[in-house]
Amino acid sequence: MIFSIIGHYSLILGLCLGLILVYFSVKNFQNSKLLDTKILSLTFLQFFFVVISFVCLILSFVLSDFSNETVFNNSHTTKPLFYKIAGTWGNHEGSLLLWLFVLTLFILVFLIRSKNQPTKYKILTLVFQQIIIIGFFSFIILTSSPFNYIYPNPVEGLGLNPILQDPALVIHPPILYLGYVGSSIIFSSVLAATTLKMINKRWATHIKKWVLISWIFLTLGILLGSIWAYYELGWGGFWFWDPVENVSLMPWLALTALLHCILVLEKRLILSSWVIILSIATFTLSMCGTFLVRSGILNSVHTFANDPERGLFILIFLFSLIFLSLIIFFFFHKPKKNNFESFFWLSKETSIIINNWFMMYFLSVVIIGTVYPIFLDVLSSQKISVGPPFYHKLIIPFLMPFLLMMAIGPNLKWIKSNLENKIHLATLLVISILLSFLIVKNFDKNFLVNTILISSALYLFFITIKDFFIKKNKNVSKNVSHFGFSLLILSILFNNLFSTEIITNLKVGETFVSNNTKIVFENINQKQKKNYRAIFGNFSIENADGTVEKMLPELRIYNQPNIVTSEADIKTTLMSDKFLVINLVQNQEYFNVRYQVKPFMLWIWLSVLLISFGGLISLIKRNENEK
Amino acid sequence: MKMKNKFFLLSIIATFIFIFVIFYKGLQDTNIYTPLVKINNDIPSFSAELLHSNETIDSLDLFESNKYYLLNIWSSWCVPCREEHPILMNLTKDKNISVLGLNYKDTKVNAKKFLDELGNPYEKIIFDKHGVKSIEWGAFGVPESFLIHNNKVVEKYIGPLNQEIIKKIKLLIK
Repeated sequence: MIFSIIGHYSLILGLCLGLILVYFSVKNFQNSKLLDTKILSLTFLQFFFVVISFVCLILSFVLSDFSNETVFNNSHTTKPLFYKIAGTWGNHEGSLLLWLFVLTLFILVFLIRSKNQPTKYKILTLVFQQIIIIGFFSFIILTSSPFNYIYPNPVEGLGLNPILQDPALVIHPPILYLGYVGSSIIFSSVLAATTLKMINKRWATHIKKWVLISWIFLTLGILLGSIWAYYELGWGGFWFWDPVENVSLMPWLALTALLHCILVLEKRLILSSWVIILSIATFTLSMCGTFLVRSGILNSVHTFANDPERGLFILIFLFSLIFLSLIIFFFFHKPKKNNFESFFWLSKETSIIINNWFMMYFLSVVIIGTVYPIFLDVLSSQKISVGPPFYHKLIIPFLMPFLLMMAIGPNLKWIKSNLENKIHLATLLVISILLSFLIVKNFDKNFLVNTILISSALYLFFITIKDFFIKKNKNVSKNVSHFGFSLLILSILFNNLFSTEIITNLKVGETFVSNNTKIVFENINQKQKKNYRAIFGNFSIENADGTVEKMLPELRIYNQPNIVTSEADIKTTLMSDKFLVINLVQNQEYFNVRYQVKPFMLWIWLSVLLISFGGLISLIKRNENEK
Repeated sequence: MKMKNKFFLLSIIATFIFIFVIFYKGLQDTNIYTPLVKINNDIPSFSAELLHSNETIDSLDLFESNKYYLLNIWSSWCVPCREEHPILMNLTKDKNISVLGLNYKDTKVNAKKFLDELGNPYEKIIFDKHGVKSIEWGAFGVPESFLIHNNKVVEKYIGPLNQEIIKKIKLLIK
């Protein structure tokens, strides 16, 4: 009770501080020297209030204070403490508070870390960031306050959706938000720099750290979401092209393109328009994602409470930001005339431009696939859903040249380049094609496509390995990330190609025999846990080589709310995952049994880790260079 | 700003306004998709493959307007379908109604085995390998049945058919 009051008023104070900050910054913009320390302390104070508010919400959850509506809707006394705390950001209101927390944290760190930047630039960045922050404060206070009362006090809460009770999902939203919200700093900073006409090499070096930070977090966030889907949703896949997943992929694609553009800007002071537009796009896409997910305009496995009023607020806010940035871009940005004359066709910058166009293509495919159903529904009230085949058909053909570009591009020089070591490049290409031919030979399915795909991925793989040895420490970060990407594509391809699946209905005691696997459903056990009842199926699986493995897939029947979830039993080894999941069939006696052998699953996760690790190396190196 | 630039800006703004309007409209109707065919709606039109022959048939040719039809969505892997099957076998003896099947996400081999084992009550069977046709009908899953008269869905039964439902159907078609 008391925490709800404190939390609520801290939010209002934080909003007031935001307004004060904007007012003073604008008023004293010309003699800005005065403001330097003041804005820092005010920003700190604002951050402090958001922290108080956030802590209050956590405490309300920990103490199971059901007079708080958010706690009532999303918690329950029997829930383990860990998930009580995690429940704080597992819901709409709390997750917005988390957004706000990260927004204020980032601007504070930004101000502290940018001591050497011009004061006017810092203040203007702060103003733009505060506009976003004020927007979110008002959004929370007006439409989705986490501190609403319920009277009379309920004695018990409604409980957290069981599929959200998973360790990966506890850290997934905060990490993803660090990525999303990190892009807000890039957005504010690019608007400030454009207004002050200081898009230059120095600015590029300064903002690149922030691009890297949000990129690393966004990559990790997507990875965690994907891991969660694999373990928890029990469908045996790791990427479903579900709208909510796409929404996190969209800013990632824009951000990745931005990361490469910044490199060019830093070295050659060209592509400034690209940098500005991509910076704006990254943040607006993150916001757009929040809008699409939170407004309930989309439908997906991730169900969130929806309320049209909230959707309307974010929609108007989002478009105001877009218009603001468009106006700034068109009125303040004057690109140099000779931009395009200075490109030589075979150079690093050309290859990065090509990379950008690929990224933009992938981005448009994802955007169209995600948003088109909404347009169609509104314009012709037809309901469709866009599934994986759409994305696969449109993305895979372009992946092949993209991989080849990734292999060759980084080895080119700036400004003007020749292809060096032509023999080297050609031999590796031949080796890759031969190898992939040998691998795919035994499969008659999509022979040509698979061969080309695998050989282009292998090519990138070999080239990056070669670069590790030849170039040693030069450009390690890029090499690690590109190597990770080739590994990712290879793992996904092999995973698709070599996965096997058995689906059958079994009763207790029955046995299923196929060519090389024998599945015995031995018995079932029940266990009562704190907030659910578990049914374990005892399976023993005999493989072709005679080894026998015990597997224990689980069905959980949660009491609050009453939902059945299936927990797959997954045996992970270095080279492959064995995946067994059971589901209830309407007729009680039978269980639907799905057994999959999925090679290289672990490598998919590892390679994404490698990709983001590359970013981390680059970040560390930059920090060292500054010292 | 130059003319060209101005035009560019205006067209971008127009695009965004268009997107805004669409999103705004999209917010108005809640988008909880329930695959519910409203009773008395026209049956969906589609063309589909038949199970026993490879010919493609237009959905509108399947139904004559003055007759009663029961369209039953089933699958060989669906356990409740096995339960309701004898009921369908009985119903098909009734001259006032024709029973049609829609085979859902199945393989032809398994489906035929199923019918060989339990008998075939269906006059014609639409083969819906990917479950797309069933969505057009507004089905949640298997089994599900639609009573059709005059090219309209008169009743919809979710889950396996039982004697009570059959009684109701027989009353309706008399």
